[in-house]
Amino acid sequence: MSPRRQKEEFTSYYGRPILKEPTWEALDIAGYIFAGGLAGASSLLAAGAQHSGRPGLERSAKLTALTAISASVVALVHDLGRPDRFLNMLRVAKPTSPMSVGSWILSVYGPLAGATAASNVLGLLPRAGRLAGLGAAVTGTGVATYTAVLIGDTAVPTWHDAHDVLPFVFAGSAAASAGGVAAALSPVAEAGPARRMAVGGAVLETAMSMVMERRDHLSTETLHTGKAGRLLRLSKACTVGGAVGLALGGGKSRAVSALGGLAVAAGSALLRFGVFEAGRASTRDPKYVVVPQRERLGKQAEAQENGGQQPLEKAQPQPQRAGQGEGAGVSAASMV
Amino acid sequence: MSVTQLGMPSVGVPRKGFFTDTSLCIGCKACEVACKEWNDVPADTDLQITGESFDNTSALGANTWRHVAFIEKQVPATDPSAHDGVKWLMSSDVCKHCTHAACLDVCPTGALFRTEHGTVVVQQDICNGCGYCVSACPYGVIDQRKGDGRAFKCTMCYDRLEAGEEPACAKACPTKSIQFGELDELRERADARLVELKERGEENAQLYGRDPDNGVGGDGAFFLLLDEPETYGLPPDPIVTTRDLPAMWKRAAGAAAGLLAGAALAFWGAKK
Amino acid sequence: MASPLQWPVLRQFLEHDPSGRHHAAKSRATENLKARIETADRVVPSVCPFCAVGCAQRVYVKDEQVIQIEGNPDSPISRGRLCPKGSASLQLTTGASREKYVLYRKPHGTDWERLDLETAMDMVAQRVVETRRDTWEWDVDGIRTRRTMGIASLGGATLDNEENYLIKKLFTALGIVQVENQARVCHSSTVSGLGTSFGRGGSTTYLQDLQNADCIIIQGSNFAEAHPVGFQWVMEAKERGAKIIHVDPRFSRTSAMADTFVPIRAGTDIAFLGGLINWVITHDAYFREYVVNYTNAATILRDDFQDTEDLDGLFSGYDAENSTYSTETWQYEGGYAAASSGERDSHLQEQGSALGESSHPQSHGSGGPGVHGEWRRDETLQDPRCVFQVLKRHYSRYTPEMVEQVCGVPQALFQEVAEAITANSGRERTTAFAYAVGWTQHTTGTQYIRTASVLQLLLGNIGRPGGGIMALRGHASIQGSSDIPTLYDLLPGYLPTPHAEQHLDLDGYIEADSAKGGFWANMRAYTVSLLKAWWGDAATAENDFCFDYLPRITGSHSTYDTVNAQLEGLCKGYFLMGENPAVGSANTRLQRLGMSKLDWLVVRDFSLIESATWWKDGPEIATGELRTEDIATEVFFFPAAAHTEKAGSFTNTNRLVQWRDQAIEPEADRRSDLWFIWHLGRRIRKLLEGSADDADRPVLDLTWDYPTVGTQDEPDADAVFAEINGKAADGSPLSAYTQLKDDGSTSCGCWIYCGCRADGVNQAARRKPHTEQTVSSREWGWAWPANRRELYNRASADPEGRPWSERKKLIWWDEEAGEWTGDDVPDFEPTKPPSYRPPKDAKGPDALSGTDPFIMQSDGKGWLYAPAGLVDGPMPTHYEPQESPFENALYGQQRNPLRKLLPREGNRYHPSGNQPGADVYPYVLTTYRLTEHFTAGAMTRWLPYLAELQPESFCEVSPALAAERGLTNRGWATLVSARGAIEARVLVTDRMKPLRVQGRTVHQIGMPYHWGPNGLSRGDAMNELSSISMDPNVHIQEVKALTVDIRPGRRPRGGDLLGLVADYRRRAGIDEHTGLDEHTGMEGVRA
Ligand SMILES: Nc1nc2c(c(=O)[nH]1)N[C@H]1C(S)=C(S)[C@@H](COP(=O)(O)OP(=O)(O)OC[C@H]3O[C@@H](n4cnc5c(=O)[nH]c(N)nc54)[C@H](O)[C@@H]3O)O[C@H]1N2
Ligand SMILES: Nc1nc2c(c(=O)[nH]1)N[C@H]1C(S)=C(S)[C@@H](COP(=O)(O)OP(=O)(O)OC[C@H]3O[C@@H](n4cnc5c(=O)[nH]c(N)nc54)[C@H](O)[C@@H]3O)O[C@H]1N2
Ligand code: SF4
Ligand code: SF4
Ligand code: SF4
Ligand code: SF4
Ligand code: SF4
Ligand SMILES: [Mo]
Repeated sequence: MSPRRQKEEFTSYYGRPILKEPTWEALDIAGYIFAGGLAGASSLLAAGAQHSGRPGLERSAKLTALTAISASVVALVHDLGRPDRFLNMLRVAKPTSPMSVGSWILSVYGPLAGATAASNVLGLLPRAGRLAGLGAAVTGTGVATYTAVLIGDTAVPTWHDAHDVLPFVFAGSAAASAGGVAAALSPVAEAGPARRMAVGGAVLETAMSMVMERRDHLSTETLHTGKAGRLLRLSKACTVGGAVGLALGGGKSRAVSALGGLAVAAGSALLRFGVFEAGRASTRDPKYVVVPQRERLGKQAEAQENGGQQPLEKAQPQPQRAGQGEGAGVSAASMV
Repeated sequence: MSVTQLGMPSVGVPRKGFFTDTSLCIGCKACEVACKEWNDVPADTDLQITGESFDNTSALGANTWRHVAFIEKQVPATDPSAHDGVKWLMSSDVCKHCTHAACLDVCPTGALFRTEHGTVVVQQDICNGCGYCVSACPYGVIDQRKGDGRAFKCTMCYDRLEAGEEPACAKACPTKSIQFGELDELRERADARLVELKERGEENAQLYGRDPDNGVGGDGAFFLLLDEPETYGLPPDPIVTTRDLPAMWKRAAGAAAGLLAGAALAFWGAKK
Repeated sequence: MASPLQWPVLRQFLEHDPSGRHHAAKSRATENLKARIETADRVVPSVCPFCAVGCAQRVYVKDEQVIQIEGNPDSPISRGRLCPKGSASLQLTTGASREKYVLYRKPHGTDWERLDLETAMDMVAQRVVETRRDTWEWDVDGIRTRRTMGIASLGGATLDNEENYLIKKLFTALGIVQVENQARVCHSSTVSGLGTSFGRGGSTTYLQDLQNADCIIIQGSNFAEAHPVGFQWVMEAKERGAKIIHVDPRFSRTSAMADTFVPIRAGTDIAFLGGLINWVITHDAYFREYVVNYTNAATILRDDFQDTEDLDGLFSGYDAENSTYSTETWQYEGGYAAASSGERDSHLQEQGSALGESSHPQSHGSGGPGVHGEWRRDETLQDPRCVFQVLKRHYSRYTPEMVEQVCGVPQALFQEVAEAITANSGRERTTAFAYAVGWTQHTTGTQYIRTASVLQLLLGNIGRPGGGIMALRGHASIQGSSDIPTLYDLLPGYLPTPHAEQHLDLDGYIEADSAKGGFWANMRAYTVSLLKAWWGDAATAENDFCFDYLPRITGSHSTYDTVNAQLEGLCKGYFLMGENPAVGSANTRLQRLGMSKLDWLVVRDFSLIESATWWKDGPEIATGELRTEDIATEVFFFPAAAHTEKAGSFTNTNRLVQWRDQAIEPEADRRSDLWFIWHLGRRIRKLLEGSADDADRPVLDLTWDYPTVGTQDEPDADAVFAEINGKAADGSPLSAYTQLKDDGSTSCGCWIYCGCRADGVNQAARRKPHTEQTVSSREWGWAWPANRRELYNRASADPEGRPWSERKKLIWWDEEAGEWTGDDVPDFEPTKPPSYRPPKDAKGPDALSGTDPFIMQSDGKGWLYAPAGLVDGPMPTHYEPQESPFENALYGQQRNPLRKLLPREGNRYHPSGNQPGADVYPYVLTTYRLTEHFTAGAMTRWLPYLAELQPESFCEVSPALAAERGLTNRGWATLVSARGAIEARVLVTDRMKPLRVQGRTVHQIGMPYHWGPNGLSRGDAMNELSSISMDPNVHIQEVKALTVDIRPGRRPRGGDLLGLVADYRRRAGIDEHTGLDEHTGMEGVRA
């Protein structure tokens, strides 16, 4: 965050926001992202457990994945303005829409996660169940990370500005939450990989969110202030505390493992809520839209002055815009 | 510009658009009313003034598809385009019908689609109210209607265009501040108008959204403004975020792979 | 989804829309999408019912329901566009705000009851017959009046010409003289101002012609907001390089579009325009050839005329006792004029008669004041007694310095305006003036318009393309309700209502008012034809064509006099047919108190307006002044049909008559006013059937048979229109008023409309698209007179008949063809050559020469100086408004000495200038309109789409005043006058600028007057503050410049409100004498 920018003068229309605030409810969408991450990474754990012969871990992870993905679908449906039209999500398949892509991934992942859990619990069709478990693990990685694209691909300044690190933040966070929950729910003896996953995830999550929070975007200040700031600080405390606990005592005590695991998971959840709130805050104040865009225009004008000969209209992909996809502006269209 | 350039097969219909010349706007709000009458958009029921000049509808939204902004500006008394240091700017805003429309890109249901006129329209029988378009639009145009749940915005009067009629707002506009037509032609007209206004001493006159190379590939509804865009509540240089989507997918794939690898690592090192 | 193949995911691949963003995503509803206008069974041509721009509409009907209303692109005026009000017409006509059924409130009743339509109609007919009988007046002080003062009616500007015509016809036959409409409160001073200057009281030009102007001065109008679609022609002119100047107390949306904005203190325009006149004269910038030939500049005045310069603000002939002028000394030397009001009444007043003055300057709406005799001209303009020299002296002290002192207009700005209008006038260029009620609604309203007329004549801008004075009229048909007047002092076509003392018989009537020269000389033919239209076979030469059937006026019976009469218990029955005085008229409290004294009240409107519900929820109920149970007034509410539900014509501000077709029949009890008045008349005639009472003869002899159409016994509006147009003895339609005869062989309901149904074709229903016509588009509707669009267009050619310039040519003499030609109907006898000179003793049109363009004036000239016709002076003179924080800087005479006041409890005036107590109401308040609302609000505040755009009442103040009084933006303020106190939201804005006047800072407060307590968007009515103080010529109220105090916070509730107002009055030392200084004329308040 650059304090210089904070004081930048800018005009606005009666201080009214330029962007619309996300219509999403925090519990629904931040919850959805958390649950998706938890489910996806749990499926990974479950697959590992199923292949490394850790039946306790396998079962708890599979049940966690199923529960979480069910919760996330409920949250998603709940958040629709017209829940009865949920099925319209599969009306089209749009590569330009992370939500469409996500829906299709979910529609593959969900049944797999369900099948493998059912098979595990009911003891039916074990081979197919294990195959489904593998499938869930692979698609689960998508479920755990696509949500970063989902919110990154919006005009919400904080989210979009973080779009490049966000997948890693979310991946880490997903791993942390799945590991943490599994560590809490599984026998200590079997939970070694879960703890390692939780700790590893926590490290990634923390590192990447520190990257995110220290970048040179005006919008990053929303990650430090207000409700989002509080949530994120709390998140870090939980994640780091829980991870340290898990790393030091998780293998020894069931209680420490459970507490530490839950703390890491809570940290992961708080992170999503924090990021969600920060995004919201960044739509409420027009400065997060105007100031960076003004600056960009200023730089462009400067570049043009220095470069000189090219009229603005004819300029090829601007320096700021370059590298964001081949032939800026047509990328979306050319994605088909 | 034909709609072919928007990535769809040409049906031979030239792209339609709006050129809103705010230098002609008398702030009458006929556009707001005509739009509501035609499209049966609900009225606001909170009947309180905002204290923001003559603007009491405040912003575009699910129930305001045209919105007239009123800006009372104090300028140096010497400014020839003002009166004794006061300038009253009025401007009618609307959905930009972006060439690269974020709302359309992200809509998971196909409720939003691009018509043969090159416009961007929400199909109300499809929209499930996911709200994604709301966060995607870099202009803050589209919004969810309270109590209904679906997303609404200007359709550029798709039904009227199909009937060969001009949009209701443009038709009503007493001073032709809102000009409807073929986008190519409107752009030419706008260029000429800009030159004319500059000659008359409107130094801050500028075209907004006209440039096909801008962050959204040019607006289907563009404007002639007499001040900086943000003064009117418009983002100065919006960019369609789906432009970054390929990069984002790559990163996400990387993260997913990382997750997979991490999980493997968790088991690999663990003793049974 | 019908077939799986319709699944968009599949279609994405099958139909080449891989990204799924285009046609593959189309839904079933989208595929079947159809614009609802495409589904209409029929499209009916109509006209917007709001303002006088008269935008053409198309009404789309499906299954007998109106499904859409939008602009008609064929219209030459509106070109398909509509402002927000016009765009909300669908909501106006089909929305939830309209009542469906007749409602009835018993005397002392606490709520409405339902009544069926037939019963209600019978009851009203009964009430009329009874009240009329009880209050019948054969004479007053022995002078025959043949009338009732017990019944009054108000409203007409929103109604069709045919409706106004039948109202006037029936009520006149009933002897009801107190028939008034918005024209009184709106633009009556326009009729007198323009009429005495040019011979006709309508706008001299038309909206579309503004595009030809090189400079447009908008002054006294909020053009862009009040006539938004008409304003496109100003924008056209601007785009063509014209300079647009707005002179106004506050910076409005009109100012924002202008090149130059000139802030002015409200109420001081005569000083400003007088300054321009002085500038034009002293800089020799007048159009000499035009002035010499086409105006009365050269005419020599009597040597005993004394000017305001000689008498410190008075003209010669002032009678201080009666506050009147004897106009004798104002005459041309050798000429004499028909009596104007002052003289007319003085003799009776001396005897203490109850007969009041009855000026009728409005009767110059189509025919200037009659002057007779022989007079002399000095075409060198050197004679010290010629009009030009007198005018020059009159305005010699109206210097830029003085303008600054009076108006607060900086000299540089004044100079800019002066230079703009002079640079843009002359042979090659023209300047247009556009004004509306910012000029008309003053105690000097008529003279405001006269000042502009004088200036435009000097600049040679009348009758020429891009010139003229555009009087922006108000309601959809307020021009029509002046032409076919529901006004007490006029009969159709600006024939004066006979006055009891002056007009004993037809000959006396004609003698007193007709002119020697010009077309007004044929007044007898117009009058007789009208009487024939009304009384048909009963009207014969032997019985003076039933002239005696006309009730007589004895003074002013304007709407404000009626209020007084109601308060005094003299007027007992009241029809409100499309007017809402409880919000729109000055001093609304008195309006309501007046109504509370009535026996019965009939309100016809769309919704329950304040004038219909005051007895249960009016402000006086809240303050405890009135108790519902104590109010004996019986109230009938009839829901009115909308403009889409009846056929008829409106006359717009271009004097253009436009026909509307009926789109659908009205529902439930809703009926047209035409239906109401016709069926009321039928019922009354039935009740009076067989009566031997001579008083009932006019009613029984009335021609009252009209064919009906549709399923609801709706009288055929076209048949009424045909009666207005007139017919020859053989029943064939007339085509021009020149065919009218004074022998009873022709009949015509309104002579100036003769030709509107020429050849039996409804000319007003012509709708040839403007794209297929020239600018004047003469095949769109029909304009009076004779379908002319630009009046006095003879003046667009030089005396020899050649265009003044190629650039400004309009009408010229075609020597070969021997006729006048050009892009308009020549406002001249078509074959009278420029070289024509009248023989001695010639009369009527023949008395005018080939160079006299003002053919309705008796001398054929534009009047720089009005020797007759006005009661308060031959030349406009600056006086301060009735209430002003300043002394008159020009004269000792502070205010218009003839202004008409109504000093009575509830209508007290403020001290002014240096008088003690003036500082209790230190601020100037001016009132105006917003684009989003309409007049008293019933047609907009009830509509959700308009209410949300301007949801609350507010006042506009400068940051300086806000600081001075502790007002905050969006906070509440209370405004106080001696009449009342109201609250409103505050908008603090840089657009309001304090002015420097006479070395002091003066703050002006601006306030729209649209709000009232009913409807969706509600607020206190601004007119609780205004007083009834009027222009003496036409009795228009001064609501554009008052004084008030403003304070932060909401107003007190209940009885405390009265306490606050009383407290202010006490502090200001107000009593029954305050504000009456140099004014003894209290005529009109005689009870
Ligand atoms: N939107 C809308 N349109 C309307 C109407 C409406 O209510 N709403 N009403 C219709 C009717 S009935 C009428 S009569 C017309 C009226 O049309 P306008 O006369 O244009 O309407 P107002 O807003 O009353 O305009 C008066 C203007 O005169 C200014 N003014 C006040 N006092 C003075 C003064 O002393 N000198 C000068 N120079 N200016 C002064 C006011 O600030 C205001 O800008 O509009 C018609 N059109
Ligand atoms: N302070 C202040 N006061 C003013 C003015 C001002 O500028 N300042 N302006 C003055 C002027 S110019 C005017 S014209 C007056 C206007 O004042 P009003 O005429 O009292 O106001 P409106 O609201 O136009 O009232 C017309 C009524 O007619 C009804 N109506 C419409 N069409 C029909 C119909 O076909 N039939 C029937 N029966 N009713 C119909 C409408 O619903 C409405 O209630 O206000 C005057 N008062
Ligand atoms: S302005 Fe917003 S809502 Fe309109 S097309 Fe562009 S992205 Fe979509
Ligand atoms: S809210 Fe409706 S239109 Fe918007 S993205 Fe979701 S489905 Fe599409
Ligand atoms: S084009 Fe149609 S939908 Fe869009 S703002 Fe105009 S009237 Fe409304
Ligand atoms: S209708 Fe035209 S003039 Fe009126 S507010 Fe809208 S854009 Fe401006
Ligand atoms: S209110 Fe006047 S300007 Fe507006 S649409 Fe109606 S006639 Fe036209
Ligand atoms: Mo009016």
